[in-house]
Amino acid sequence: MSMIAPRNVLLFGMLAVLFILTGMMQSWNTALTIFNMGLISAILALGVNIQWGYAGLFNVGVVGFTALGGLAAVLVSMPPVPEAWSAGGPRMLLALLSGAATIGLAIASWRRLPNGGLRVVVLLAILIGGFMIYRAIFDPARDAIESVEPALTGYLGGLGLPVVLAWPIGGLFAAGAAWIVGKTALGLRSDYLAIATLGIAEIIIAVMKNEDWLARGVKNVTGIPRPVPYEIDLQNSSWFINLADRLGADYVTFSSIFVKLCYSALFIAVLLLLITLTQLALNSPWGRMMRAIRDNEVSSEAMGKNVTSRHLQIFILGSAICGLAGAMITTLDGQLVPSSYNPLRFTFLIWVMVIVGGSGNNWGSVLGGFLIWWLWIMVEPIGLWLMTVITSGMAEDSGLRSHLIDSAAHMRLLTMGIFLLLVLRFSPRGLIPEK
Amino acid sequence: MDLLNAIVVLANFVIVPATAYGAQLALGALGVTLIYGILRFSNFAHGDTMAFGAMVTIIVTWGLQAAGISLGPLPTALLALPVGIAVTSLLLIGTDRLVYRFYRQQKAKPVIYVIASLGVMFIMNGLVRFIIGVDDQRFADGERFIVSARNFREITGLDEGLAIRTSQGITVVVAVICVALLFWFLNRTRTGKSMRAFSDNEDLALLSGINPERVVIYTWIIVAALATTAGVLYGLDKSFKPFTYFQLLLPIFASAIVGGLGNPLGAIAGGFVIAFSEISITYAFRRFANHILPERWEPEGLLQLLSTDYKFAVSFAILLIVLLFRPTGIFQGKSL
Repeated sequence: MSMIAPRNVLLFGMLAVLFILTGMMQSWNTALTIFNMGLISAILALGVNIQWGYAGLFNVGVVGFTALGGLAAVLVSMPPVPEAWSAGGPRMLLALLSGAATIGLAIASWRRLPNGGLRVVVLLAILIGGFMIYRAIFDPARDAIESVEPALTGYLGGLGLPVVLAWPIGGLFAAGAAWIVGKTALGLRSDYLAIATLGIAEIIIAVMKNEDWLARGVKNVTGIPRPVPYEIDLQNSSWFINLADRLGADYVTFSSIFVKLCYSALFIAVLLLLITLTQLALNSPWGRMMRAIRDNEVSSEAMGKNVTSRHLQIFILGSAICGLAGAMITTLDGQLVPSSYNPLRFTFLIWVMVIVGGSGNNWGSVLGGFLIWWLWIMVEPIGLWLMTVITSGMAEDSGLRSHLIDSAAHMRLLTMGIFLLLVLRFSPRGLIPEK
Repeated sequence: MDLLNAIVVLANFVIVPATAYGAQLALGALGVTLIYGILRFSNFAHGDTMAFGAMVTIIVTWGLQAAGISLGPLPTALLALPVGIAVTSLLLIGTDRLVYRFYRQQKAKPVIYVIASLGVMFIMNGLVRFIIGVDDQRFADGERFIVSARNFREITGLDEGLAIRTSQGITVVVAVICVALLFWFLNRTRTGKSMRAFSDNEDLALLSGINPERVVIYTWIIVAALATTAGVLYGLDKSFKPFTYFQLLLPIFASAIVGGLGNPLGAIAGGFVIAFSEISITYAFRRFANHILPERWEPEGLLQLLSTDYKFAVSFAILLIVLLFRPTGIFQGKSL
């Protein structure tokens, strides 16, 4: 196992030192916050690594799959809004069904009818007619739902189930979207998949921002139920105060650290499960086949492997992991904020993690996930400090000085780009290379 | 029923804006398609290249405005455009020297270039935010309208007005000049011909003594010119905000693919296909229908197929349709 190589132990050890230093120099709360997002980043990087490292698929729609996972968290865990359901719930379901039926009918007729002009006419007729029917049912249902206390709800709500259930469901949502993209764009040039995923991500986020009946759009859903205790409950329970006393800690600070540790435990469990599964898969006959396909598609095809459907399979698997991680992010934040899904942060940063960590190596992705996330957070204070030092000789009211200090926030993108290019050029196999 | 007014409404809200937007997309897609044809990868940094070029032009424009230099009725940005192009060319050639040339020598797979272009995208995006910030910047000056809605109504006596903004007129004129120059260059000059030869068959081009590095440098200069022009025109027409340039990537790629990647004519056609579908699908046709339908048939709804928030969905849908039914694009690009 590559895991046991001393170099890798050293790398993970250095990572641990980074987090411990953050804990000692800033605060343990900060360190744990970064650590928790680092865990999720590692999972996201694993998902992308499955696609890129195992199969050479280039997915730039990670942000969309992540957002779908977030949507799942709302739809599963928020309590339903009965008034909204009675106002337009069934009609909305009917509208969605009619939309799906239209698409199904269109596909069926396209397959059944013989080639020719008639086929195109029928297809267009079905699509246009179906769209009219859909809008006729959908519009009043949407208006009815959105007018139910728009300041508080104005949406259908969720199922009121435990939020942890949303994690696999988020994965399923993402898998569904990945199936649609993969069906069309796989088997063509690799760039086409990239552009198609870029597109689907934009659309998913546009839907989440604008469809208020679904998850309140830009009005955000807050107060998503937690899988772990609340700080205020801990502070009021005697066993917790006793525990804090015994550890000699301030129980308010300790309660927030305790909550973060609970999240860490949950996330670590998921990460360990996933890495075990991915390592097993990588070393199984299936994993060998995938690598064979990646390294030489022509010869694998000659050996009777169906390259396109293998690619579809792995594309769906990887995207599902991104969806799972997305649901975890929303659970951790406790709220769904569609406008926060920025492709630079959720797609391209994950790519930096995978490339820096070592494409094709699961442990590499985990390392990259933690390291790059830590850097992403830390570059800002470091940049600010740097700018303050550089500008310390300038006059207090100098325009350049205030501009430079204000711009420190944008150092992140610059740093990440330089980091990516340097690793790609001088150590293209990453920190922990594939065996 | 009033056909004339209906046509004016359509022209005002669909045809004129879509023509301007189509010209901007076409210029952007031309850049993408040239890089694809000659360097053989999809450049994800293109949107940010446009933003960078526009940013340099804006800063020079501010300088000119402060010095009291202007072009009269035309926006001063046109005067600053050559400087923007020059600086962007230097940046792109520098990027090529530092980043892409290494992979060319390695004969790396196209996807490696794409990842490298992600890194370049990050850096350019960071540079733009660093220098000019993330906010909206206004730099348009000069006359606002060629034809204003009120003048149009007074002259024609129609109920509906037609407004043509200076930025829209300039977009179309500049785009036509750019495209004419580009095609003249590609078809008539020695360098242009060697570029086309290189794009058609690299090995054969090398055998006939074409210097690949020279071809590459010319490509980047042309790409810089196209991207900066597209970026400035878009900024004049709408507004300059770095993040919107990143979002333009999708319609630009869609235009290039719909036309056929690597095919310049296709890129232009693709730009207009995407622009017209985007605007006509998200336009509310109610006023148009009110004019052409008899009074008792007047529609109640807005007659809008999709809300404007979903304009990206339109380019995406067209992209999917093309990929499903004709993956090489309308004009037979060189890729599959």
